Amino acid sequence: MAKVPVQFTLNGAEKAEFIDSGTTLLNALRDKIGDTSPKGGCHQGTCGACSVIIDGELRLSCLTLAETCNGAAIITTSGLSEGGVLHPLQRAFLDAFATQCGFCTPGMIMAAKVLLDHTPNPSRDEVVEALSGNICRCTGYEPIIQAVLTAARSNSQNAA
Amino acid sequence: MELRKNYFADQRKDDLHEIGQPRPRSDSPGHVTGKTAYFADRNFPGMLHLKMVRSPHHHARIRSIDTSEAEKHPGVVKVLTAKDVPHNVYTILILIQIGPEDETVLADGKVRWKGEAVVAVLAETERAAQEAAAKVKVDYEVLPAVFDMEEALKPGAPLVNEYHGQNYYLYDSGECRKVRFGDVEAGFAGADHVLEQTYQSSPIEHAPTETTGCIVAPEGNDRFTCYTNTQAMFFTLDNASIILQMPGNKLHFVGGTVGGGFGGKVDVIVEPIAILGAKLTGRPVSFIYSREEEMQISSPRAAEKVVIKDGVMNDGRIVARKVTGYTDAGAYSRHSPYGAQKGAGHYPGPYTIPNVWIDTYCVYTNRTPSSAMRGFGVTIGDFALEVQMDKLARLIGMDPLEFRFINAYRDGDMKAHRQPTEGAALIECMQEASRAANWPVAEKYLSMSSYPKGA
Repeated sequence: MAKVPVQFTLNGAEKAEFIDSGTTLLNALRDKIGDTSPKGGCHQGTCGACSVIIDGELRLSCLTLAETCNGAAIITTSGLSEGGVLHPLQRAFLDAFATQCGFCTPGMIMAAKVLLDHTPNPSRDEVVEALSGNICRCTGYEPIIQAVLTAARSNSQNAA
Repeated sequence: MELRKNYFADQRKDDLHEIGQPRPRSDSPGHVTGKTAYFADRNFPGMLHLKMVRSPHHHARIRSIDTSEAEKHPGVVKVLTAKDVPHNVYTILILIQIGPEDETVLADGKVRWKGEAVVAVLAETERAAQEAAAKVKVDYEVLPAVFDMEEALKPGAPLVNEYHGQNYYLYDSGECRKVRFGDVEAGFAGADHVLEQTYQSSPIEHAPTETTGCIVAPEGNDRFTCYTNTQAMFFTLDNASIILQMPGNKLHFVGGTVGGGFGGKVDVIVEPIAILGAKLTGRPVSFIYSREEEMQISSPRAAEKVVIKDGVMNDGRIVARKVTGYTDAGAYSRHSPYGAQKGAGHYPGPYTIPNVWIDTYCVYTNRTPSSAMRGFGVTIGDFALEVQMDKLARLIGMDPLEFRFINAYRDGDMKAHRQPTEGAALIECMQEASRAANWPVAEKYLSMSSYPKGA
């Protein structure tokens, strides 16, 4: 199988790899680079557990070919906390009891981050809409929605 | 949350240090930072991928299996069939003396459901394993199949599982679990109304976000470490030990992180065959269900059929209840005999009924084996019972909540399986529900108590 070079930044750090052509970004991140925070739940673009942020946009890493990410800036949940301090979203998920098994959590946080980056003070409906591509089988969603709203409020307080 | 401390005040302790106090979950920091290690977050050098060849038929005799083309496929390291499995016929609950052993790890001579594992292919890559699995040739003689529980119980129905000899699970007490209390026919004879209804449910898939799977690493000293998302670590360890005929000290199971289970990961399906693959190749083996397999192959909640016949008086008392329950086990037992048995104890509901007659059957059909799922054996029963309660209330023109107050079991009442009721608190729950839902009931029900009547 043909190997192709791919270069991008992952959570700010430069990565350069030779990968099999056709490898998904999910598999490249998990198996090649060792960032296992994106999870493979369905491998067909329906569960959202593998969500990452590519150049500011929410993307499903299971449907993204790694070789198309040349020069991109990729953010995953494992890169959100800085110097051991949790990102406000991570803190809100922790405090609001918004995790159970934890498998959907990294994808949920990525979806929430893109929402808050674009819409710092979302309505509840906007939160629901933003999380609609992410499936959780444990929590029943309500604590997750509350966590995102809480993080948004703490953000706006910080800004004020 | 508001705690109503006036209920059972004399039974309450208020000097507790942990209960009622918020405590952070120990695992959530790992969850929110993406650092929690699920079984598939490990990657071993030289890891092989296992793909299963599965039966395309619901019921068929296997005339022959030809793996020669698959073995020649580039990247294939090993192909496993029934003869490679040391103790191929097993049943999960044999650990608690519930038999007979009735399921094969890899099909031997016959397949009993569509999707049953027949041949395991181990290859360098997932893709090679998949391509090679498609090259395995299995010659089937298709047999008549049975999908309906009542059809399966009829004389002359195709026999699903020879290890049972008939299409139902044989309990110690006979062909079904029975509960007999009072005289149900006399109860019906004296009732003002009799209502018989049938309720049915479909199989329900748990659909965990993380699919079922495991990764097995040989430790080089004849010991194997199995990283798994099982919900039943010791069931899995002990069953793997039996299936592989290996002492438990050779097997090291690592788990504890499960990406959703809901009962769907209590069966022992992926681990024994993956350990066997690692043993026979000396290499790490990954066996992970695809999403399609998770939805099609993993055991769902059993389909159930519940026939409820109730005798009720005009004043609201239920005087007789007769229930026949059917649990569709699919082709193999797994946890279904236990689910059907639970139903037998549960069908009187949380109600005090003087005359009860219950039969619950665990039936074998050529459908996907069913197993544990969130209160299996009682959840569908509760649905049926409470719909029946509403219908009975309507029949006698009574408010459905007041009707339940009249029949609710209270401390000291004898239940149909002859266990006296203790700590029921049902009356108090319904009183709270009445207020919370703004569903008013007559004052006499609000002054009732679960304490022993007259006490």
